[in-house]
Amino acid sequence: MILDFPQLISQWETLPVHVFTAHEKGEILTIGAGTASGAVSGAIQGTASGAVTEHWKWPEQSNVDLSMDWKKAARITAGIDVGSVSSQAVVLLDGKLYAWSSVRTGSSSPDSALKALNQALKNTDLTLEKIPYVVGTGYGRVNVPFAKKTITEIACHARGANYMGGGTIRTILDMGGQDCKAIHCDEKGKVTNFLMNDKCAAGTGRGMEVLADLLRIPIQEIGPLSLKVEEEPPPVSSVCVVFAKTEAIGLLKSGWPVEKVLASYCLAMAERVTALLNRIGVEKDFFITGGIAKNIGVVKRIERILGISALNSALDSQIAGALGAALFANALLEKEERGKS
Amino acid sequence: MIANYGYTDGSGEYYISINTSFCAECQTHPCISACPQGVFEMITDDYDEPACSVKDSFRKKLNYTCSTCKPARKSSESPLFLPCVQACVNRAIKHTW
Amino acid sequence: MVVAGMDLGAKAIKVVILSEKGVSAKVKLFPDLDMAQSARKALEEALVQSGTELHELKRIVATGTGRSAAPGKPALVTEPLADAKGIIALLPLTRTVIDVGAEEGRGVKITPQGEVVDFAVNEKCAAGSGAFMESMARSLELKIEDFGEISLKATQAVPMNAQCTVFAESEVVSLIHANTPKSDISRAVHDATASRIAAMTRRVGIEKEVALIGGVAYNPGFVEALKRTLSLETLLIPDHPDFIGALGAALIAYEQAVN
Ligand code: SF4
Ligand code: SF4
Repeated sequence: MILDFPQLISQWETLPVHVFTAHEKGEILTIGAGTASGAVSGAIQGTASGAVTEHWKWPEQSNVDLSMDWKKAARITAGIDVGSVSSQAVVLLDGKLYAWSSVRTGSSSPDSALKALNQALKNTDLTLEKIPYVVGTGYGRVNVPFAKKTITEIACHARGANYMGGGTIRTILDMGGQDCKAIHCDEKGKVTNFLMNDKCAAGTGRGMEVLADLLRIPIQEIGPLSLKVEEEPPPVSSVCVVFAKTEAIGLLKSGWPVEKVLASYCLAMAERVTALLNRIGVEKDFFITGGIAKNIGVVKRIERILGISALNSALDSQIAGALGAALFANALLEKEERGKS
Repeated sequence: MIANYGYTDGSGEYYISINTSFCAECQTHPCISACPQGVFEMITDDYDEPACSVKDSFRKKLNYTCSTCKPARKSSESPLFLPCVQACVNRAIKHTW
Repeated sequence: MVVAGMDLGAKAIKVVILSEKGVSAKVKLFPDLDMAQSARKALEEALVQSGTELHELKRIVATGTGRSAAPGKPALVTEPLADAKGIIALLPLTRTVIDVGAEEGRGVKITPQGEVVDFAVNEKCAAGSGAFMESMARSLELKIEDFGEISLKATQAVPMNAQCTVFAESEVVSLIHANTPKSDISRAVHDATASRIAAMTRRVGIEKEVALIGGVAYNPGFVEALKRTLSLETLLIPDHPDFIGALGAALIAYEQAVN
């Protein structure tokens, strides 16, 4: 039967809308025909989430191996990784690690690159002019003015991880402040399969920051706290950070303790990251770099889901990109020298 | 090397995966001109090999860029109808969605 | 004969009561955590408004993401079906419906009879929904109703690079620091959202007339941006665009009840 639409919808325009909220008693307001009720919804949900907070506050660091003498080195090279949140510099003597640093990225990439290098060299009398080959990498790589060449962070990470963890490393996960990379490489540290996700904040350090901000918990405490639950809760169901945040608020309101919410959130992140890893295929040995390596709550859960544990390195995993860049620089310089002789 | 360009977000996984080992032998790179949106370009990769890649400006919005090639009612069919996938005789290009 | 249509969206529950005499209630309720109880309350309020008793209600049809929580053993229909039915009743020339809600965007192609030919959805990523604009308005410290208005005063098109709501928030903050006028930033946000919604709708093939429904249809900035992106002279917008899903559900209920 064909419906008589005009009759059924008569008074559609003129009939007023009545708006209520579930937790308040009664009607909150009645809007006449044609008024913007969308506006009302905006005003009601208008609680501020705004304030963009401080990034991962890892302290600035540097280290130099004073048992080595740069004056005796035949080849001095450096790699600089300018990331969105922090920047690292690594200096090699004949392909061996000599000095490194990690500093916070400022508003200018060239300045951050220089700052990182100076920080690495601060306890030495080695200076930039004496380093013939510098490779830049990372998100700000095109802005390293003294770099002879730029190489993608994917290739640099693989090469750096290969040096740090040895030739048995096949799978690398790098989770930075604003991106997440999954890399598969061969025994020489050459990339065979990779993906990088820097579109979506979920599964990046940024996603964690939003939660830390919401719960007012320092970022470095999230991991340990999340492991304090007796029983693992189900993961937060929304992937999207915006919706996951709403979900977390709901869980807290419904009486979940903070640790449980953290556990649920860390598990969701771990599941998401392992999905990325599975896309490129996970093979032993497995290595984790970047800020996430310091969140034990996520790392432990990734290991549990994958059923393999991540390899540890004596070196700080955050320098993997810069180290790889310096190794590329070393190889390129060697090639140049061979070309000349 | 298998290069996956794209992203995973709340709504799904959107990757264009390119097996660049074919690109070195490929002379004409028909994929580049086949794409109506100009998604692809030839680059020299980090190991000095020629490789087809997805331009930087498209990597964060592939789902939207490719939407005209992927009519809603066809998306469950074989991905072979995509101009880029079809253009490469080596089938080096794959879409995950 | 009295029937009810319910649309249980992510942020609001809408109820429409319908009888052969026409529409007798339009109620919107913002739910708390208990969706089922909120839905029941919404229906009760709607019955009060229309002066109907529960037992007079012949049929309830529910749609929306939370439709399974609707009270009174309703029949469930998907959002595209409800959208199609609702819009064709009000604006019979419509062939493509674009529905942008709080947490999802949808493009639906329909027949003159209000049947669904094809549809594409964008869900679970805030960047493709009204949530994106809401979040950007907050970063700009603007009320959502001013946010659309102000974009009409923009003098230049500034690009937005971030495709994610979270990253876009920081981009907006740095644009503010760079002294970019709020009107220009607002326009950039509306353009970015419109281009994502447009790309999604193109998957169903855009056929005129095009109608926009959902809460964002109240936002003049978004309406302009969408027209620009789709190169459309006119975009049909029904009265009470946020109630179209509920109206469609009610019409389907009526149809089922008479047959
Ligand atoms: S899913 Fe959420 S966090 Fe991810 S891109 Fe979309 S808006 Fe951003
Ligand atoms: S699907 Fe179409 S737009 Fe997307 S890469 Fe292939 S040819 Fe280009």
